Amino acid sequence: MKFVDEYRDRETVDRIAGEIRRVVTQPWTIMEICGGQTHTILKSGLQDLLPPEITLVHGPGCPVCVTPVELIDKAVAIAARPGTILCSFGDMLRVPGSSRSLFDAKADGGDVRIVYSPVDAVKLARANPDKQVVFFAVGFETTAPANAMSVWQAAHQKLENYSILVAHVLVPPAIEAILSARNCRVQAFLAPGHVCTVAGFEQYEPLARKYNVPIVVTGFEPVDLLEGVWMAVAQLEAGRAEVENQYSRAVARQGNRPAQALVAELFEVSNRQWRGIGEIPASGLRLREPYRRFDAEERFALTAPGAAESPDCISGLVLQGLKKPYECAAFGTKCTPERPLGAPMVSSEGACAAYYLYGRHEKGRD
Amino acid sequence: MDDTRRDEINLTCPVPLPATDRILLAHGGGGKLTNQLIERVFLPAFSNPALDARHDGAVVPFGSARLAFTTDSYVVRPIIFPGGDIGDLAVNGTVNDLAMCGARPLFLSAAFILEEGLLLETLQTVVASMRKAADEAGVQLITGDTKVVDRGAADNMFITTAGVGAVEGGREIGPQRVQPGDAVIVSGDLGSHGIAILSVREGLEFEAPIESDCAPLWEPVEALFRAGIEVHCMRDLTRGGLASALNEIASARGVRITIEEITIPVREVVKAACEILGLDPLYVANEGRFCAFVPARDAERAVDVLRALPVSHRAARIGHVVEADSPLVVMESRIGGTRVVDMLSGEQLPRIC
Amino acid sequence: MCLAVPGKIVEVIEDPEPAFRRGKVDFSGVRKDVSLAFTPEAKVGDYVLVHVGFALNVVDEEEAQKIFEHLDQIAAFEEMETDPSVPGETGEPIDVSPPDRERTEEEVP
Repeated sequence: MKFVDEYRDRETVDRIAGEIRRVVTQPWTIMEICGGQTHTILKSGLQDLLPPEITLVHGPGCPVCVTPVELIDKAVAIAARPGTILCSFGDMLRVPGSSRSLFDAKADGGDVRIVYSPVDAVKLARANPDKQVVFFAVGFETTAPANAMSVWQAAHQKLENYSILVAHVLVPPAIEAILSARNCRVQAFLAPGHVCTVAGFEQYEPLARKYNVPIVVTGFEPVDLLEGVWMAVAQLEAGRAEVENQYSRAVARQGNRPAQALVAELFEVSNRQWRGIGEIPASGLRLREPYRRFDAEERFALTAPGAAESPDCISGLVLQGLKKPYECAAFGTKCTPERPLGAPMVSSEGACAAYYLYGRHEKGRD
Repeated sequence: MDDTRRDEINLTCPVPLPATDRILLAHGGGGKLTNQLIERVFLPAFSNPALDARHDGAVVPFGSARLAFTTDSYVVRPIIFPGGDIGDLAVNGTVNDLAMCGARPLFLSAAFILEEGLLLETLQTVVASMRKAADEAGVQLITGDTKVVDRGAADNMFITTAGVGAVEGGREIGPQRVQPGDAVIVSGDLGSHGIAILSVREGLEFEAPIESDCAPLWEPVEALFRAGIEVHCMRDLTRGGLASALNEIASARGVRITIEEITIPVREVVKAACEILGLDPLYVANEGRFCAFVPARDAERAVDVLRALPVSHRAARIGHVVEADSPLVVMESRIGGTRVVDMLSGEQLPRIC
Repeated sequence: MCLAVPGKIVEVIEDPEPAFRRGKVDFSGVRKDVSLAFTPEAKVGDYVLVHVGFALNVVDEEEAQKIFEHLDQIAAFEEMETDPSVPGETGEPIDVSPPDRERTEEEVP
């Protein structure tokens, strides 16, 4: 596949790894934000190619992991309603809420369907006028335009039986929350490439200045990630703190303006709970007028019982890169992908699941 | 100190998911949950040496002969897909379970559960496929049964089969015969069946349609025997893909299996479909592919023998077996890093992350 | 939530309403119907990044080559450096920084 295969070329990868080794002189800790980047790093064993001075930590880059418990409980409640179809991306199905996941809701008889695109959910709404169709709108900025378009299309086609359960989160506020914590040890960031394809990277510039950290917009293939690390390390070694764009074949500084315009028409910024982290102000999206009637929380007047905490799950520390999954006492023992204690073990992008699936052998844990 | 810095970020974490008290779709995925179900529900109830061997088919002595016996159910949706239907899937799947025991497939039974309202024409299509597949595989369908259930109680049609075969020449084929140093061979390219099915469900179109790789496998297995290859173990790669088959064997024998990504054959178009759907070809179902464990010295010859036949013309050596304290499957990635290839918990879900 | 795959537009289906402009995109033999609502400039022959059924941008083919060109340049310099038939000093250090990408202007303190 063009624009994919050449970014997985072993020789190119080796050459960049060599350049990183040439330029590094001291230890550095770099955080990558996007679940897709975590996935590539672990699936291709990228850490093996980096010099020991470089520590990669995984951030809260998995919207599935950070979706608040209350919203999953609401999705489960919606799925249980008669005459309702709950549509979701596949990643969300296994994530536990307070007690049940959407998979459980399906086993209990709820109509839960996996869709590839929110537009598929709109098609379902058109095909089933006697049912309510609810789409679980999870995601970063990357997915917001598609979700916005689904509501726009529903409004345009006067489909009053379509609604979305909004769980959108925004990346720059999360980066700031991590940087502003007292125990932050991240020295540079690899910013999520496809989020920036949509949103651009202007918003990272004040962050780089304020906290004096390099931020490199990075893609998802092994060559991209290594080049991103190379650029970050070069900045760190030179004492610079700028925003750079490794993923220039897919990202422009201003992002995708038509997509941003539609998102701005349908959504407004709101506060948002991040599972494992807590509330981050102005870090989420919610539907604005005149589209609020498509908001499932309003339409179904849902209340969810309070979520209880498990003392064993340290997903908060993992999501902020303060601990690696295998440093958690429950990792691989009490907490496994079949019996997860927290969301990062459930989502295939979650740091814990990724480590469990791909990286266990590293620390001699079998 | 900057007073806008917040304190250490609070942790919250949900209550763990309670042990499941119901069957989930994931229990049928061929991964960990399926194996758990087998270990916790079925094996304790029925335990005996043949069953405990945990192989796809059971080999039992019968007079002076050794019989292989296997059973399977077919619940695929849609029942007709590019390159096949539930009928030839049923025949070939059963034939292949027998072949994997090293048995010449001889006889099949088929029990049909039909949904009220199923078109007669559809049933005839499926039955014709079964006859054709049986002829091709050299087996006879010698007994059967039919039941009809209410509309909605069976997805068009379910087929359950049983198969009987004969193990010749005193062969012992199974995980217990795998040795450290053995080479791992795969009989062809991966993922065609799973993608063919998903492409119908997900509405993927192709320039040239991806067809299921559904096919009988006795011919390549027999070719290996005739060439004098010392086959230690074989497993066909069905649900859960290559990854699950290798994990099952590694667990059963307590070894580490190492494979190299760059040697694993996957067609470009299948790779692309997997990329789009967010699937890993290692876990995608096949219906006409198997892996074989042979001594390293036989590996090259085994691959040559397989490549001479159409059904296995993309056979490749993909890895080897090593001693280990605990079973594991590890892969060297295309770029030279290493990762664990684990068993999936349940279904592989298309991801968008 | 970032899985986006690059594919080539083989057909464009225009629509008076830009939000409904669509394309057929080819991914190494897999064809998918994709919304071009967010890439009004995309045309047949362009490569686009597709995420959940929507094209998010047109791939900049020139930018895509940069890393490979840069690595080749480094390799070429190294060859010259170590090639004894090339006269000249070996004292000039090679620039081994990453390729020059778009970056923000540094603030002058």
